[in-house]
Amino acid sequence: MDVEILSRIQFAFTIAFHYIYPPLSIGLGLILVIMEGLYLKTGLKIYEDMTRFWIRIFALIFGLGVATGIIMEFEFGTNWATYSKYVGDIFGSALAAEGIFAFALESGFLGILLFGWNRVSSKVHFLSTIMVFLGSMFSAVWIVVANSWQQTPAGYHIVGEGLQARAEITDFWEMVFNPSSMERLSHVWIGAFLAGAFLVLSVHAYYIRKGKHLEIAKPGFKIALAVATIFSLAQLFTGHKSADGVAKNQPAKLAALEGHYDSSAVADMYLMGWVNNKTQTTTGIKIPGGLSFLLHQDFKTPVTGLNAFKPEDRPGQVNAVFQFYHIMVAIGMLLIALTLYASWLWWRGKLFENKWLMGVFVWAVLLPQVANQAGWFAAEMGRQPWVVYNLLRTSDALSKAVKAEQVLVSLILFTLVYSILLVLFLYLLNKKIKHGPELTAPADEKEVEAKSIRENPIMN
Amino acid sequence: MFLGLDYNTWWFLVFGAVISGYAILDGFDLGAGALHLFLKKEESRRIALNAIGPVWDGNEVWLVIAGGALFAGFPIAYAAVFSAFYLPVMIFLIGLIWRAVAIEFRSKEPGKLWRLTWDIIYTFACVVVTFSLGLMLGNVALGIPLNEEKEFSGSMLSFFNLFSILVGITTLALFMMHGAIYLAMKTENRLYVKLTVLAKNFTIFFVVAFSLTTLYTLLYIPHLSDKIRSNPQYFIFPVIMILAIASIPRQLKRGNYRLAFLFSSITIASLLIAVAVEVFPHLLYASNNPANSITIDNAASSAKTMKTLLIIAMIGTPLVATYTAFVFWTFKGKVKLDEMSY
Repeated sequence: MDVEILSRIQFAFTIAFHYIYPPLSIGLGLILVIMEGLYLKTGLKIYEDMTRFWIRIFALIFGLGVATGIIMEFEFGTNWATYSKYVGDIFGSALAAEGIFAFALESGFLGILLFGWNRVSSKVHFLSTIMVFLGSMFSAVWIVVANSWQQTPAGYHIVGEGLQARAEITDFWEMVFNPSSMERLSHVWIGAFLAGAFLVLSVHAYYIRKGKHLEIAKPGFKIALAVATIFSLAQLFTGHKSADGVAKNQPAKLAALEGHYDSSAVADMYLMGWVNNKTQTTTGIKIPGGLSFLLHQDFKTPVTGLNAFKPEDRPGQVNAVFQFYHIMVAIGMLLIALTLYASWLWWRGKLFENKWLMGVFVWAVLLPQVANQAGWFAAEMGRQPWVVYNLLRTSDALSKAVKAEQVLVSLILFTLVYSILLVLFLYLLNKKIKHGPELTAPADEKEVEAKSIRENPIMN
Repeated sequence: MFLGLDYNTWWFLVFGAVISGYAILDGFDLGAGALHLFLKKEESRRIALNAIGPVWDGNEVWLVIAGGALFAGFPIAYAAVFSAFYLPVMIFLIGLIWRAVAIEFRSKEPGKLWRLTWDIIYTFACVVVTFSLGLMLGNVALGIPLNEEKEFSGSMLSFFNLFSILVGITTLALFMMHGAIYLAMKTENRLYVKLTVLAKNFTIFFVVAFSLTTLYTLLYIPHLSDKIRSNPQYFIFPVIMILAIASIPRQLKRGNYRLAFLFSSITIASLLIAVAVEVFPHLLYASNNPANSITIDNAASSAKTMKTLLIIAMIGTPLVATYTAFVFWTFKGKVKLDEMSY
């Protein structure tokens, strides 16, 4: 294997592993803000216990996010030196802004969030929770802006030629608000909210099934269900906007997403299928003309296909792009169906009666994770062969000073270290979940509750 | 131009300040980690961990900011440095991963073996991180071979030269001293007494390592003291450094650990300033052919970006300083263990 493929595998592996954690931090951050906000508003102990329980899990997730995130910032320099020189003027400023505005904010207040419960007033603590949440939201802003610039460059000009060529900013805000950044940012944020909400749903559903910690499990489940329902639906809109943007700005990627080759033909929309890049055919269950309709509100309008591009300018792995994209979309639809059904049961007052549904929620935690990963794989593999769309090829972006053996060594190290980390993470997460929330005022409150149940003839 | 200095020089100063901030702040975390195994009792180890618990993560962010600052302001230097030091950087980063997870995971199980394993990983990670940091700094100060495209053209093994190894050991000694002083400031009773002894021993360790490195530099690498020797006004930096180092044992003897901490912080900053004065305006000196060297001018981003970066820094720095101060103030005083502690 050569340096290019090894470096690509290493980057994909380290970023995919990292991306398990930040979306959970962002999503859990939102839920923590809601839970602690309810605690401040109502003063009810259950909200305090809930918040403190989730802070412990948040700490574990955040820790892994930081540990695996720091690699990413240096990997541009270690493995992609030519890329770094090419985009430093642009990408670097976004990264510097991320460090100073976002990471410093979240890491600074994290200390108070985790350890400050007895040291600061409840209002200051709540403020710290909000700051950590905002910090994590901002960090998504800058990194998605930087990545979107690679997809749809704007506000720059090229200086120098050949190996010395590099992009320089001409307009900072045009770079920040490049054509795809805002729709992709909203898509990423919501994906993160869903990841966090479904983790909470999963753990609380597990308690409800086991009949444990019910006084916390049930209200917590409802909070997360509300978040999950709203954002599953919202994701449909941001997803649609993103696809529209891809059609406009990256037609080769769009064609790969739906396995569409012939530019003179109407484009279909597949529910599932298989792309054969050799014969340039896609087979599967489809809505004929569906993609044409989605883009042009007309089933008959042709859509630019992969054939419109020279073979060296098309994504190499069309079927993989197609599959990742369709997995993401299918999961998105599934999440909408699942949350709407559960919300309907909630409205009918029967949410917790269905043990089977709770079982589904226990495992549904994996769905947003898979969708987030698949979405990024589709976005990044669909951008190939470019690292900066239409400007810099991935194969030209490497570090010339780095040899294949070195990358192989680091890749093996990362594989080993991350495998151990994943096992430890799951073990500790499982342990924290099994241990459950610590109830600060359980005995007498439960007694009161039990007494009122005993004395109430209707409830007997 | 801004206040009589051009943007590139400003950004060099900002970058230097961020690196110094990182070395001072994460320096005490790493030092506390490197001496962790010297603390024998379970409670002592927990207190030591909780002394850095609420702040180490924020301190590490300075490294992220430094990386971003180099990437944004001097992308050519960023590309050259990290691709040249490929494996040392990877080992450094993997060390940081283990440091982070060791702090986080250690407290999650009560078992003796579990905790001992994490204690060893933690100490080992901190030693590796600190040493590789010093090793890379030594090589940057010396210069490395660069080709015409300003990328590394030498062998990895050349990084393990005597000078850089000495700088690595000095950095380790410096951080251990700094960390011991920090922990002494945050502890009481018997643990405090133990740490005062450790602080004294590490100070001796540092002074010896530092003297050896200085002697070696003066004898064998004269160009690393050229500028200071030929410009008397720069003598102020070594003078401040020597005074700060000399003040540390004095403050330790008087038991004033806050002042000792201040002086060890000044020592770190003045050491980095001395290196910066010598290498400026180079960011990375090409030891094979000086014409291939990377300087603040041939590595810099466009003037427009430099200006944007300075604005970002001017807005960001006061904000970061404010809430960093607030967090440190919240956790001021001696460490007390509670149910949220590690």
